[in-house]
Amino acid sequence: MSTSSSRNGDMTANRHAAVNDFNIHVATANGSGSQTSNMVLLRAIFQMGIPVCGKNLFPSNIQGLPTWFTIRVNKDGYIARREKTDILVAMNPDTAPDDVKKQEPGTMVVYDEPLKLNQGREDLIFYPVPFDQLVKPVCPEAKLRKLVRNMIYDGILASLLDIEMVEIENALKKQFKKKTKAVQLNFDAAKAGYEYARENLAKQDFFRVERMNKTAGKIIIDGNSAAAMGSLFAGVTVFTWYPITPSSSLGEALIEYTKRYRIDPETKKATFAIVQAEDELAAIGMAIGGSWAGARAMTATSGPGISLMAEFIGLAYYAEIPIVVFDIQRVGPSTGLPTRTMQGDILFAATLSHGDTKHPMLLPCSVEECFIMAGEAFDLTEEFQTPVFVMSDLDLGMNYWMSDPFKYPDKPYNRGKVLSAADLERVGKFARYKDVDGDGIPYRTLPGTRHPLAPYFTRGSGHNERAAYSEKPEDYKNNMDRLARKFETMRARVPAPAIEENSQIKIGIIGYGTSHWAIEESRDVLREQHGLPTNYLRLRAYPFSNEVIDFIRRHDRVYVVDQNRDAQMLSLFRLELSAEEIAKLHSVRHYDGLPIVPNTIFRAILSREKEGFSASKPPVEKVVFA
Amino acid sequence: MSTEVAAPVIKQAKLNRIGLEIAPYRGGKTTLCAGCGHNAITERIIDAFFEMGIDPYNVAKFSGIGCSSKSPAYFLEATHGFNAVHGRMPAVATGAMLANHKLLGIGVSGDGDTVSIGMGQFVHMMRRNVPMIYIIEDNGCYGLTKGQFSATADLGSKLKTGVVNELPPVDTCAMAIELGATFVARSFSGDKKQLLAILKAALAHRGTAMIDVISPCVTFNDHDGSTKSYSYVKDHEELLSDVSFVPFFEDIAVDYEPGTTKEVTMHDGSRVFLHKLPADYDPSNQLHAIRILGESHKRGELLTGIFYINSVSKDFIQLLNLVDEPLSALPTERVRPKPHALDELMEELK
Repeated sequence: MSTSSSRNGDMTANRHAAVNDFNIHVATANGSGSQTSNMVLLRAIFQMGIPVCGKNLFPSNIQGLPTWFTIRVNKDGYIARREKTDILVAMNPDTAPDDVKKQEPGTMVVYDEPLKLNQGREDLIFYPVPFDQLVKPVCPEAKLRKLVRNMIYDGILASLLDIEMVEIENALKKQFKKKTKAVQLNFDAAKAGYEYARENLAKQDFFRVERMNKTAGKIIIDGNSAAAMGSLFAGVTVFTWYPITPSSSLGEALIEYTKRYRIDPETKKATFAIVQAEDELAAIGMAIGGSWAGARAMTATSGPGISLMAEFIGLAYYAEIPIVVFDIQRVGPSTGLPTRTMQGDILFAATLSHGDTKHPMLLPCSVEECFIMAGEAFDLTEEFQTPVFVMSDLDLGMNYWMSDPFKYPDKPYNRGKVLSAADLERVGKFARYKDVDGDGIPYRTLPGTRHPLAPYFTRGSGHNERAAYSEKPEDYKNNMDRLARKFETMRARVPAPAIEENSQIKIGIIGYGTSHWAIEESRDVLREQHGLPTNYLRLRAYPFSNEVIDFIRRHDRVYVVDQNRDAQMLSLFRLELSAEEIAKLHSVRHYDGLPIVPNTIFRAILSREKEGFSASKPPVEKVVFA
Repeated sequence: MSTEVAAPVIKQAKLNRIGLEIAPYRGGKTTLCAGCGHNAITERIIDAFFEMGIDPYNVAKFSGIGCSSKSPAYFLEATHGFNAVHGRMPAVATGAMLANHKLLGIGVSGDGDTVSIGMGQFVHMMRRNVPMIYIIEDNGCYGLTKGQFSATADLGSKLKTGVVNELPPVDTCAMAIELGATFVARSFSGDKKQLLAILKAALAHRGTAMIDVISPCVTFNDHDGSTKSYSYVKDHEELLSDVSFVPFFEDIAVDYEPGTTKEVTMHDGSRVFLHKLPADYDPSNQLHAIRILGESHKRGELLTGIFYINSVSKDFIQLLNLVDEPLSALPTERVRPKPHALDELMEELK
């Protein structure tokens, strides 16, 4: 391979290390079968021990509209999205000219030769590939060519970037499992690309991979599959759902896992009920009915579904029925950007429904937490007899993340305060909504309990301690005050925040969910490149525990990172803090529909910090975002 | 007033076949209007459950919102009940039956709760054949919000205010049959004998037993010009057949002339006799049922009786192939896969 050092020197002058540190953007049309080739590319690099993260940036469409798959390769393990493209694979004829136009100088472009993209941009590095010509001999069956064609760019990149072909083959085997014919066909296509590149493309760039050992033992999984797996091991027995992007794959994964692991070996019958309901109104209703009758029940949805579930969630709050709701958040409404990510339902979910209602939320930042928090959500909802939301988002739910393998949850399930007939016989009394233990949490019985004390009539807020119909002011208030006590009890029981703190540092960052990865990278940039060290608290749940409030009190300024326009998490803090504490909070927001990038965060914090802060001059609140 | 003190008569309370008095089958005092058809239905439910010897601890009762949906508080005191949200009792009941299919479910809804706001859930419950009884207490109006028309109000029926209904009614029975419900009947709250027989037959059925009970609203829809008033229903009711019911635990011979009666054996072995049924009518034929309902509408009659029984179709629990024990009763070791399952899944993702 020949390189022209002088030319490359100019082009990559302002680029840092190009070994195991670059971003690949594959631009294809939706429905053109690029999923396999993209996953294989991601996995092959991952299997070489190099940290990766794969994100699908796609429109609401089945076929034809442009879609981008981005792979961030980073030797230091940063896996947040980056805006910059280092390597563009331009496969979509409709967007290719525009995709090329947008690139910064020095970007490497692999493209379909007939598109003639190399005209007009002398500052890019072009690798033309005659895809149609290459695919014909390896795939005689014309019907399959469209699907196999994309594997060729895996081979091209393998050659150009030094990705080991054996890892491409291993990744294909992972992808297709026992379908050896599919593995062979796709691998032949990759090989065709690889050989073409070796013979015809002279290496003109500095990007390449080198085997490392940073991914040994790790897995790659999407958050929805992880959440489904967590629910499986949490012993979910009733799952009722209605398909909605980006939560559908959670339901589909759960169906797959339950079929594999929850069919009784002796009777071949199911230890679970999964129902695709007629709408979200029914999905939540069935789950609530199931939970009322003693099942571990859950549903999964996204913002528009949450809207439809609002009335039932209110009933479940007042009637005190456990229920787990996975909210895979996205941009709203349905005719908005349904396939784009957002932390969009934080405020909505926190107080969902009419009257005085408030709900706990768990805030996973990783696929591992999707797994763990599924279990925590079931324990929490049954312990507290109140709906629990798990606030994932499209970025976490539908994209591919590296993780340590999940640990087996061997802790016993917490099924909460449920009285059996024997318990009732022993205790001799039962009042469904009485605060016996002083924690606000009452006892319940399940239908079918054979004891005269067991039955009660479930209704909303119009009841006394014995669940009898009442509209007396004192009964209503008594009940509402107990529900508030229950919520207070929860503060110390929800997952604790993750805190990284040095007491010398007075600037703090509070983040949650998928912002975590961009926050971590931002903190390194701020410290290493700008001499600005920060402390960090990652919220893992709402309601806020005392640790969260104390963290704010200990700092001079606290940046709260939200992936929404209206600073939704910061707004929840405003409801609980004093004016003085609120004045410490500054909002960092990212809301363009794409996953948050480190630039958004560190630039906002830098510009804020540079403005200068002093006791005499309180900061002026203004919107700071990228 | 007599000055003589009579010796107190100690009446032995009647016990049913499982040794219970009627008390646990009764409920709280009704808060519905005096004379409301719903109260009569409540009485028949109490009788049917008592006489059939159903264990009240093993029942779950459900309702939506409206006058009708208050009534589960007035029967089966010894039973867990769930007053859900408007039009969405079917979902709650479905979920509960999935969690514990050993329960005997009974849902009470109204014409507004079922046919307007709850139409979406009603049709899907019928499709799924969830094993439970679904009663519509049908008065053609919204009683609890002071008498507006519902979607079962007949064409030309008049409100007290003189407003005439100009939209066609929904026939819940024809629709349920069309959708795959497996037991479909209509009765009248004022017809004690027929309603009791139909309720008992519903208790003997496995699958969704849908019963539309015309139940006049004495306060808002019992005047001249209403087609859901007591007098109108009495004048226009036509029986598809006389229904009699022989429970599985009674060995009674029923005499009838050959060719005049159809006998149907229910899931639990009980027998339903449909006397004086039209000769060519087959109660297991959906098309017969839908046709006869359409024809009676054209004649301006209110046809009552059991229209359709299908004892063959799988119910939703069978379709989902659920284990024999209630899902709610499964211990951890049966719902948490073993560590090797997680190891296997992790290995696939490495």
